[in-house]
Amino acid sequence: MRTALWLAGVAWLAFGNSALSADSIKIGFVSTFSGPTAVIGNDMRNSFELALEHLGRKMDGKPVEVIYEDDQQKPDIGKQKTEKLVQSDKVDFIAGYIWSNVLLASLKTAVDSQTFLISANAGPSQLAGELCSPYVFSTSWQNDQTPQAMGLYMNQKGVKSVFLIGPNYAAGKDMLAGVKSTFKGEVVGEEYTVWPSQLDFSAELTKARNSKAESIFVFYPGAAGVQFLNQYVQAGLKQQIPLYTAFTIDELSLPLQKDNALGVPGAQEWVNDLPNEQNKKFVEDYRKKYPDLRPTYYGAQAYDAAQLINSAVVAVKGDLTKKDAMKAEMEKANFKSLRGPFKYGNNHIPIQNFYLQDVVKDAEGQLSLKTVATIVKDDQDRFHDKCPMK
Amino acid sequence: MLLVVEQVLNGLQFGLLLFLLAAGLTLVFGIMDLVNLAHGSLYMMGAYFAATFVAWTGNFVLGAILALGATLVLGIVLEVVALRHLYGRDHLDHVLATFGLILFFNEAVRLIWGPAGLALQLPDWLTVPVPILPGIHYPAYRLAIIVVALLVALLLYLGVMRTRIGMLIRAGASNREMIGPLGINIKLLYTLVFGLGAALAGLAGLMQAPILTVQIGMGENILILAFVVIVIGGIGSIRGAFLAAILVGLIDTLGRAFLPNLLRQILSSAAASTAAPALSSMLIYLLMAIVLVVRPEGLFPAARR
Repeated sequence: MRTALWLAGVAWLAFGNSALSADSIKIGFVSTFSGPTAVIGNDMRNSFELALEHLGRKMDGKPVEVIYEDDQQKPDIGKQKTEKLVQSDKVDFIAGYIWSNVLLASLKTAVDSQTFLISANAGPSQLAGELCSPYVFSTSWQNDQTPQAMGLYMNQKGVKSVFLIGPNYAAGKDMLAGVKSTFKGEVVGEEYTVWPSQLDFSAELTKARNSKAESIFVFYPGAAGVQFLNQYVQAGLKQQIPLYTAFTIDELSLPLQKDNALGVPGAQEWVNDLPNEQNKKFVEDYRKKYPDLRPTYYGAQAYDAAQLINSAVVAVKGDLTKKDAMKAEMEKANFKSLRGPFKYGNNHIPIQNFYLQDVVKDAEGQLSLKTVATIVKDDQDRFHDKCPMK
Repeated sequence: MLLVVEQVLNGLQFGLLLFLLAAGLTLVFGIMDLVNLAHGSLYMMGAYFAATFVAWTGNFVLGAILALGATLVLGIVLEVVALRHLYGRDHLDHVLATFGLILFFNEAVRLIWGPAGLALQLPDWLTVPVPILPGIHYPAYRLAIIVVALLVALLLYLGVMRTRIGMLIRAGASNREMIGPLGINIKLLYTLVFGLGAALAGLAGLMQAPILTVQIGMGENILILAFVVIVIGGIGSIRGAFLAAILVGLIDTLGRAFLPNLLRQILSSAAASTAAPALSSMLIYLLMAIVLVVRPEGLFPAARR
């Protein structure tokens, strides 16, 4: 009897599992689930799970299986996890990626194996340009676009000079280059800090003050954004030099930044109050499912990634071998994006609006983000010419 | 010129903070011969306690004092429960056990306070910049860190050089084996030293908390710097830790402040802005390597034998 049970167990392991996976849609999700930036990864996972729930955890009638992997915010680990997902788990899609340097390290593995990769956040310039691939789609943006929008807003405000500060990695360089490409005033200084280990920005803030710049622009995602803003306020700079930001103030950092963030503008492609039906449903259900939390743009992009994958699976009626048809369907962006409808450029990066967001006290007396204006409509990234895809 | 003064202050502030962390580490390492990787966890606990107590009491100074006491107690409990069993064992055992403690503390914090981290808000009187010289305004809070750390350094100096316990601590640092046979309760001394080290780490953590965020794993990066400090300063030497910490703080900050402009003289602007942060973060490790080659005992070693 015991032997029979044991054999049955082995048989289930050997055949049951593979039979299940052959009939399910397998998605690998790489994000950061440990360390100080794990809150971002959690938000992406929460939103991705919510999207699957809204889809009934099925795509074209087939069950969906998601394998979450932690990249620890390190390019080498991200690459290993991508290899594991592609080579041993043999996932049908791979999504996630917060960090540009992690995505750049992992890209080749996915593309070489012809596995569709959906970046739900990272948008390095290389990915939009020479490294673009038919197998790679973005549900976020190209890094330069958001700071470009901020640069345009600073022009509108009549800002004459700026001091730029950002982290020394792929996205940091893109961000500062982005703001420089649209800002018409003078760039009086540009500082890069060690990423992600440097948490004290006293030397950079001192330089910014002494540069006599009229404004400061920063890009500090995650906890670094909290630290920067704390130190900026403590140095008394908030009364002296206005701050303009990209990806520095969001719903994850706001509870820690508190009043320090009031009146500091940011640019974003998604804000929680965008008035489309799908978005209202997303924000409401998210807050119902995770009572203490509020969704962020990271989560909104992860939600869209699930919807994009679903659109491809439905289009080929679950036959995932039809890669060309799936690619053609995804290029249509035929789903109800939380940011509202958008089109894909030739490089599979969204052509989309960017909004000005501000920090306000909401009806519940809590600090929250609010759309103030549309800075730029249907913006396409500035690297799409370099992408060989037509 | 004003820029240089301000950057020197920044370096000094960072160095003094490192000193608080390194002083505890060097005492524990030098006197008890214990490699304590979990020292950074005590730094983290100090910050979490402070954030919690300040929120409870609504008073920054009171919260900070409570947090300091809590870290001291935690340190003593930790020594009695866990670390006492490690004395006299191989350093590898210390590393393994205290690394386990890091994981324990990170997970405990995740369970108690949640993964998102906490914010420690400063009272208004500490968020204004104060004029220190004509034309130079320096953040009041960073100035407060400098003052508190210098006071602590002075108290430590007096305590170690002028009191009986200090004498025992110094005796322990120069010859561990001999002080037991001389009739000194070494168990109690060790517990005391460890508690003191924990309180110093907690103080560093709670003072750093308003500048950074209070988050899981916050002690791990800075612990590496603290180890660099005690290696440069000489293991077991408080004076060495003090001078080395200020040296490291100044090199780190001034490197970040002035290296980019220096490099721009020789390299293209883009290359310089990328290379400078990498190079400036390397400087202190370079200093450590040089010290290890020239004076392997450290710059100011505690007197031995």
